Amino acid sequence: MPTSPATTSARAESPVAAPAAATASGFAYAAAPEATDHIRLRDRYPLFIGGGFEPPAAGVHHPTLNPATEEPLAEVAEADAADVDRAVRAARRAFSSWSRLPGARRARYLFRLARLVQERSRELAVVESLDGGKPIREARDVDIPLAAQHLFYHAGWADKLPLAFAGARARPLGVCAQVIPWNFPLLMLAWKVAPALATGNTVVLKPAETTPLTAMLFAEICQQAELPGGVVNILTGGPPAGRALVRHPDIDKVAFTGSTAVGKEIQRTLAGRGTRLTLELGGKAAHVVFDDAPLDQAVEGVVTGIYFNQGHVCCAGSRLLLQESIAEPFLRRLRARVGRLRVGNPLDKNTDVGAINSREQLERIQALVDSGVAQGAQLFQPACELPTRGYWFRPSLFTEVAPAHRIAREEIFGPVLAVMTFRTPAEAVERANNTRYGLSAGVWTTTGQRILWMAQRMRAGVVWANTYNRFDPAAPFGGFRESGFGREGGPQGLAAYVALR
Amino acid sequence: MAAALARSLAPAALLSVDAVEVEARARLFASRSIKRDAKLWALDLAIRCTDLTSLEGSDTPGRIATLCAKALRPDPGDPRIPSVAAVCVYPAQAAEAATRLHGSPVRVAAVATGFPSGQVPLDIKVAEAAEAARVADEIDMVMDRGAFLAGRYPAVREEIERVRAAIGVRHLKVILETGELGGYDQVRRASWLAMEAGADFIKTSTGKIHPAATLAVATVMLEAIREYAFATGRAVGFKAAGGIRTARQAVGYLVAVNETLGDEWLTPERLRLGASALLNDVLMQIAKERSGAYQSGDDFSQG
Repeated sequence: MPTSPATTSARAESPVAAPAAATASGFAYAAAPEATDHIRLRDRYPLFIGGGFEPPAAGVHHPTLNPATEEPLAEVAEADAADVDRAVRAARRAFSSWSRLPGARRARYLFRLARLVQERSRELAVVESLDGGKPIREARDVDIPLAAQHLFYHAGWADKLPLAFAGARARPLGVCAQVIPWNFPLLMLAWKVAPALATGNTVVLKPAETTPLTAMLFAEICQQAELPGGVVNILTGGPPAGRALVRHPDIDKVAFTGSTAVGKEIQRTLAGRGTRLTLELGGKAAHVVFDDAPLDQAVEGVVTGIYFNQGHVCCAGSRLLLQESIAEPFLRRLRARVGRLRVGNPLDKNTDVGAINSREQLERIQALVDSGVAQGAQLFQPACELPTRGYWFRPSLFTEVAPAHRIAREEIFGPVLAVMTFRTPAEAVERANNTRYGLSAGVWTTTGQRILWMAQRMRAGVVWANTYNRFDPAAPFGGFRESGFGREGGPQGLAAYVALR
Repeated sequence: MAAALARSLAPAALLSVDAVEVEARARLFASRSIKRDAKLWALDLAIRCTDLTSLEGSDTPGRIATLCAKALRPDPGDPRIPSVAAVCVYPAQAAEAATRLHGSPVRVAAVATGFPSGQVPLDIKVAEAAEAARVADEIDMVMDRGAFLAGRYPAVREEIERVRAAIGVRHLKVILETGELGGYDQVRRASWLAMEAGADFIKTSTGKIHPAATLAVATVMLEAIREYAFATGRAVGFKAAGGIRTARQAVGYLVAVNETLGDEWLTPERLRLGASALLNDVLMQIAKERSGAYQSGDDFSQG
């Protein structure tokens, strides 16, 4: 076998070896870092309450780190119960006038916000990458454009609510407490803020502790857009700030995206109250590949499914179910492809996999991977070089995985794929549904009727066919079972922010 | 018929191609940011892999002489600029090209088998290829798309095999004319067919049909080459041709080859870029990368 793919693949079959091209290529891409000299971060960000920046009552701040270097980027305020109370009051005051504004006027503000996000997209993408560790390519091509799209989409609904809810009158709920995660900071902000504002609600939003910066830039954008004070309030801080927010007696709705454990805690907190709740929680999605799938493209889909954003994706395709008859040729392709992923500096335009968001998350991923090895699964990692500072994890895939292994059952929220096989479509469905979660699923086959057959049977809020991790503001997103309830996007997403009469 | 098809196509070739994902992959290749040293390295390689092409009814010995001079010394003012891989001409001009390039490493490629349509009787195609092979080092034949689209795969295969036999040790490139095949699945099937029939290279297009080469089509062909090499151990080369006019496009193809097949394919022995207008843009980009400033198009000689 004189030629490369043969030898490369043969080497890739061994669990530790790297494909030759990943290390010894003559075509070594020179560093191509995105410029950062246009970024002006403040040393310290106060809270955004009532349309202005205000220092936290207790005067406490914490640094937010660049996970790729472990260096502090800026300090942000730590909100406490007094700050939460101030913000909720500001939102309540703003609600009476905002909710009475004609829809077309609210639309104008949302269009302005959307355009400003577009105008400042380069800055937002760089800050998203700096603060969260995601590759600049993804921040630039996915996070920021999709955030703008969500604002545009909901701006379009603001004066058309009677069409969205035919035969009923849609009234806003009031003050919405929104708590968002660190994996898609600005995008999740847009998912939450846009439908709330379009339907006439006001918002108190808490970004994640490790990724507050683009939310603070969005606060500046609210000022630029001359959004009435108090319509959007942004409180930074850790879990105590989030707890204080969802416990506040004067909120009408809680929207949370994050871990299932915290989601359950919020639901317990709200028990017995009239406060509306939507939860978008974890997942352990099955990605099913049939023997008639376009294999080379299915490999791309599987890679996008699990290594996109370092696997910090609630709908990540973290369980790969391969039809046994194609398992070997598929894994040969997949290992070679994973070996070519470029891991490193998130700001480099050629980086495919960036930094893990925090030390805490890195330790969680490592612990679960260790459990996979201890329980007897076979680990494959390419031998790519990792930077010495910062939080990094090699893209990983496990074969010889049993459905009982922790790595097959628990959400890892990292670049770790668990591969299993199946023999028949019925068995594929059974395996796919054998989870506490139900957020998303993927199916690869060229047989159209099998796509429909699978989609009818897989218990998941989203089923992607011959693609993965595609998002659109018009398509409702949300889960079943322990992945939460409520939908975001589309008219269904609007429904979560209105009371119908 | 079905049995013949099954024999002539390995299972991998029957696999389908997903258009959405393959186009997404091609967009990623095109968006790779190739800078500084990497860019200079890639542009140098692009020249060394170029088949400098003139395929016009109006080609004359004088025109071919100019083309060959450009092929030998793309930039006479800069000794660091290498020669191209080959010149690609009609069979009637191959002798002139061979004379002009005699003693140089630049090879002569001649198109054949009724280029560009291929709508010529088989015996004449074979005779034309054999005649061209007397002076040309490489034969760029066109696949019989009429037979392919009619489902007569064994006929397509037999024709390639006959040309293969007629040209002896000469290098055989098989032009699939992907713009006429009607989809990525067909490109994959045709790639496999040509490789099984003995092609040394598979080539996207004649340049006479729009669309010609695209990065997505190239990706499909490169994946087929990768699979064929795995299945048989034989490394088949790839030639993109038609519509490649800018250095940036050329670098996109090099990235696609690098990330699909690896650097073993980043050599003129396995990779060619067929182009007539590409060379001067590459030279301009090299000069810009070295001097920091763009030069005028008139600073570079016409091919």
